[in-house]
Amino acid sequence: MLKVRNLHARVAGREILKGIDLNVKRGEVHAIMGPNGSGKSTLARVLAGHPEYEVTEGEVQFESKDLLDMDPEVRAREGVFLAFQYPVEIAGVNNAYFLKSALNTVRKERGLQELDAMEFLTLVRARMKELDMDESFLNRPVNESFSGGEKKRNEIFQMAVLEPKLCVLDETDSGLDIDALKVVSQGVNMMRSPDRAFVLVTHYQRLLNYIVPDHVHVLSEGRIVRSGGKELALELEDKGYSWLEQPAGAR
Amino acid sequence: MSLDAYKAEFDKAKPQRSKGEPARIGRARDEALSRFLANGFPTTKNEEWKFTSVEKIASRTFALAGSGEADRAKPAAKDVSPFQLSGAFGSELVFVDGRYAAALSTVGSLPKGVQVSSLAAYTAGQTDAIESHLGQVAPFDRQPFVALNTAFFADGALVSIPARTVVEKPIHLQFISTGQANQMAHPRVLIVMGEQSQGAVVESYAGPAGAEYFTNVVTEVVMGEQSVLDHYKLQHESNQAFHIGAIYVKAARSANCSSHSISLGGALVRNDVVAVLGGEGGQCTLNGLYLVDGQRHVDNHTTIDHAMPNCDSREIYKGILAGKSRGVFNGKIIVRPDAQKTDAKQTNRALLLSEDAQINSKPELEIFANDVKCTHGAAVGQLDKDAVFYLRSRGIGLVEARHVLIHAFAGDVLNKLPLLAVRKGVEDVLHRQLDNALRAA
Ligand SMILES: Nc1ncnc2c1ncn2[C@@H]1O[C@H](COP(=O)(O)OP(=O)(O)OP(=O)(O)O)[C@@H](O)[C@H]1O
Ligand SMILES: [Mg+2]
Repeated sequence: MLKVRNLHARVAGREILKGIDLNVKRGEVHAIMGPNGSGKSTLARVLAGHPEYEVTEGEVQFESKDLLDMDPEVRAREGVFLAFQYPVEIAGVNNAYFLKSALNTVRKERGLQELDAMEFLTLVRARMKELDMDESFLNRPVNESFSGGEKKRNEIFQMAVLEPKLCVLDETDSGLDIDALKVVSQGVNMMRSPDRAFVLVTHYQRLLNYIVPDHVHVLSEGRIVRSGGKELALELEDKGYSWLEQPAGAR
Repeated sequence: MSLDAYKAEFDKAKPQRSKGEPARIGRARDEALSRFLANGFPTTKNEEWKFTSVEKIASRTFALAGSGEADRAKPAAKDVSPFQLSGAFGSELVFVDGRYAAALSTVGSLPKGVQVSSLAAYTAGQTDAIESHLGQVAPFDRQPFVALNTAFFADGALVSIPARTVVEKPIHLQFISTGQANQMAHPRVLIVMGEQSQGAVVESYAGPAGAEYFTNVVTEVVMGEQSVLDHYKLQHESNQAFHIGAIYVKAARSANCSSHSISLGGALVRNDVVAVLGGEGGQCTLNGLYLVDGQRHVDNHTTIDHAMPNCDSREIYKGILAGKSRGVFNGKIIVRPDAQKTDAKQTNRALLLSEDAQINSKPELEIFANDVKCTHGAAVGQLDKDAVFYLRSRGIGLVEARHVLIHAFAGDVLNKLPLLAVRKGVEDVLHRQLDNALRAA
């Protein structure tokens, strides 16, 4: 589904990603771990098409199409979703209005009928219930004065409504209390399917107890320095990152 | 245009003035003209005009629109206005090049004693409203364009609502320019609200695209005790036209006036709004929204004069500037020594959609009383890039995302337009114009 080859990217004049290779197949869950500042969010943003991040080398294929050639909105319509590490507050834009226009654009692109107000409401109510969210969120401005946990939950809610093929979750677990973590993990697990893949950026093994990954990668200084199965996460939890030797040529 | 040419136009217009115009008005015209001739057009040395040069108006020669032509203008003139507001109003008066066009207008049925009509149609003795108030609210001694209007106005609108009378349906005063090159019009509006009266008045200004003409309007509003007025000014002149407008409000005890200024057209635009809260317990809301693009220039000057205690004022002005446009905002709040317990709040924000757009904004607080609450906030910024990306990352296209965010920015003003039909009409025009501005960017 997603093939990343030798991806290099820079932002603000600095190279952050220094040759990433990643192969994500349908139905898989990949976890990406690694120290602060190693480039995890940068990778996520590059995949979503943030215009500030410039790809200088390498390629990314999504469902056999050139992902890097697409505008962010096109990627979203093709089925890429990024749950932001820091969801953006958008004053004056109603959550329901925003989500409805997003959903209908995406549906149109997929050849599905646009939903009218009632159908939309029925759909979002069901999703909100699954995520134990209060319906009042619908009528509030997007993320504005949401608590940290509420923002994260709102990201997963959007994901559940938009039903993307590739879900990139950037530290969605950070800032969630233990109950919220369970609810969010449940939401993700419900969405797991043979046609959908997940990339989870996280610092905590805790999340991986709930959402069990097929592969775990460690990102350090812009490179994947180690890949393994779910045991790798446990090992990292135990020993930290320092025992991983730096690849030759880093720094 | 040399000042002599204005003198010549004045002499030419004199015999055409409506018969029986009160002698007082005639004298005011003479005085206003000599004041204007003595001072000329303001220059940028004048503090009030520091960022707005009217050189382009001063250097041109404009001629007064001829009389008697208003009714001959094709009814299609009505379609000049981009605002789709029809159906919302009880009375709709149409003015073509500053003159009342009876054939295009609908006065509708109004409560007893209410006057909604052409200003010129009234002559001395027939109406107290004109006799006691016309020319008494808008001073021309230090306002060159008010002087010009006073000297030259040929017609305009009179809205007079007697005491304890409520006009349920809003009144629309539609000013249309036929767009003849180098034509000028100086319409005058007088709104007189009796004690405890209530009404809504929408003034709209429009002209055919591309036309170069000059509109110089003065609106005087007299608010009796406890009267309530909901006032709108929708400016959508041609992008080549000059529009100078001033609204003067004098409010008595416990009167409640809100005036919404929506400024979307014009090459060079200046809007002055001056509200004097001259009685205890008055309330005043002045909100404004403007959109400028290309090389256009819009200047909003507001003054809220708290002269008496316990008055509240609320003001929000928002500007959207694209291209190489220029915006000016000056918001003055005066709290006089008697005006204890004043509660005044002013917000002004500008959104710059391009690096070449510019705004000069300045709040001016002059506070002479000590027990008052006065706050103001000003901010200038660009569209939040992260917000644009966030929307796009959910599938919303770039242009749409910018629309959504700009609309949200304008929401503070748009959502406070009490008349739904006006809000809808303005939103539609704004959306279309934004489309053009964003596409040009
Ligand atoms: N927009 C930006 N402008 C400047 N520097 C940036 C920008 N985005 C990322 N960086 C820099 O790139 C490096 C990698 O940042 P990134 O956010 O990808 O790290 P991360 O692995 O997600 O860290 P964390 O675990 O703290 O979230 C950091 O040094 C960061 O300061
Ligand atoms: Mg990060």
